[in-house]
Amino acid sequence: MTNGAYNYAYLDEQTKRMIRRAILKAVAVPGYQVPFGGREMPLPYGWGTGGIQVTAAIIGHDDTLKVIDQGADDTTNAVSIRRFFAKVAGVATTTRTEEATVIQTRHRVPETPLREGQILVFQVPIPEPLRMLEPRETETRTLHALSEYGVMQVSLYESIARHGRISKGYNYPVMVNGRYIMSPSPIPKFDNPKLDRSPALQLYGAGREKRIYAVPPYTPVKSLDFDDHPFEIETWEQCCELCGSKESFLDEMIVDDDGKRLFVCSDTDYCERRRTLPEAAE
Amino acid sequence: MKPLLSAKRLTKRFGARVACQDVDFDLWPGEVLGIVGESGSGKTTLLNCLAGRLTPELGSVTYDSAAYGTIDVHDLSEARRRLLSRTEWGFVNQDAREGLRMGVSAGANIGERLMAVGARHYGDIRRTASDWLSRVEIERDRLDDRPTTYSGGMRQRLQIARNLVSEPRLVFMDEPTGGLDVSVQARILDLLRSLVGSLHLSAVLVTHDLGVARLLTHRLMVMQGGAVVENGLTDQVLDDPQHAYTQMLVASILPV
Repeated sequence: MTNGAYNYAYLDEQTKRMIRRAILKAVAVPGYQVPFGGREMPLPYGWGTGGIQVTAAIIGHDDTLKVIDQGADDTTNAVSIRRFFAKVAGVATTTRTEEATVIQTRHRVPETPLREGQILVFQVPIPEPLRMLEPRETETRTLHALSEYGVMQVSLYESIARHGRISKGYNYPVMVNGRYIMSPSPIPKFDNPKLDRSPALQLYGAGREKRIYAVPPYTPVKSLDFDDHPFEIETWEQCCELCGSKESFLDEMIVDDDGKRLFVCSDTDYCERRRTLPEAAE
Repeated sequence: MKPLLSAKRLTKRFGARVACQDVDFDLWPGEVLGIVGESGSGKTTLLNCLAGRLTPELGSVTYDSAAYGTIDVHDLSEARRRLLSRTEWGFVNQDAREGLRMGVSAGANIGERLMAVGARHYGDIRRTASDWLSRVEIERDRLDDRPTTYSGGMRQRLQIARNLVSEPRLVFMDEPTGGLDVSVQARILDLLRSLVGSLHLSAVLVTHDLGVARLLTHRLMVMQGGAVVENGLTDQVLDDPQHAYTQMLVASILPV
């Protein structure tokens, strides 16, 4: 079943134990970034080395894996990672959100509500939410340790002062369990409310910076805002051209040389389900 | 009455080099204490020790806090010291760039302390920031400009506003008018004098400029080679210097 040249799920057992220990610590301290000894993976940094190591450490023979990239199951990255685990771990793969037990994702949270027992693995490029405001790593760690988050609020203030509203559209900072400010990875802020008190376990892996953090099931996740400029998600005047959804996150596509635009669901599985099963659309 | 800040036998060395030695003083509420001396005499090191930014080898600094009672500055946890330094204290650097966030607007600079202690109403923060901007004599319409577009004197005034917005009780100032031209200096001195009076601030002011010391301070400590050589009321020290070094300092003021 699995390829004999590799250990089960590619990584050696000691590495997987080390990553699991980091995950346990991350789950115990929601939102806290746990350093781990990241390994070289057979794909470049930025393509999901962190997520793939987390997935490798937690995936078992009975798991069903789904991988999405920008909401789509059929992009190169998603297909390659899915095929990778089918080969080195022999697990079943799926594109259906409901059927998956482990979902590795880049830039989206599936539209279909997650349930208990599912694990969402995020690929994270920059785990440190304060990085752009405070370049010194020693200082950002101190700020997290002392819960000194005035500077994060300063950046939101500056955004309103300059644009009239909080202009951050993705990677929108959140407060986890009232303690740690966390970068939710570059998901659109549209997905932030789905993180709050989610029944699924959320694991975040940053391969280049070698950090793992987590949000356990049913943990409060609050998007930062001001009392008079509350957090809002994106809305569209259009609905999905293919399935007619008014609730899902839409991608804008230019379909010909005349600049004709089309809005479609970014979550391909959700869109397809609505088209093939009319009752799912209701 | 208890002193607000009190230093006992404060000593700081860098290797074999003594930066300040056996410094003793009390700062009383509402008082402005000047520390003067030539460059390299340990003024700034002393100030950093007082503000908890450097740890002295010997001696202690006690502060009478509104929130925590009498505390030893160097026994505090880092969390508490940092909280203290952005609520009850202010620190004005000589170079405004060190004390400001140059990448964000003046309003965000002033509002940072408010947001750090939990202010979450944009409109209120902005109003307070705008009020402070006009209190330090900067046009309100510069609120959304970055400090990079400000002149040196305006930056220094912005830095003062950023520190005073939390209504501190004690402000440490390191050469607040250093590197500015004379007319700008005069405006900032006027401003500081009126703010110190109206807010009942206490301050420790480091300067090498005796004119600044005479205008702003009530009491003066003269430092040479890390030691305090003379100490007394400002007018007394400047009009009737006792120590040879102080006499030399006073004598070297350029007559205008």
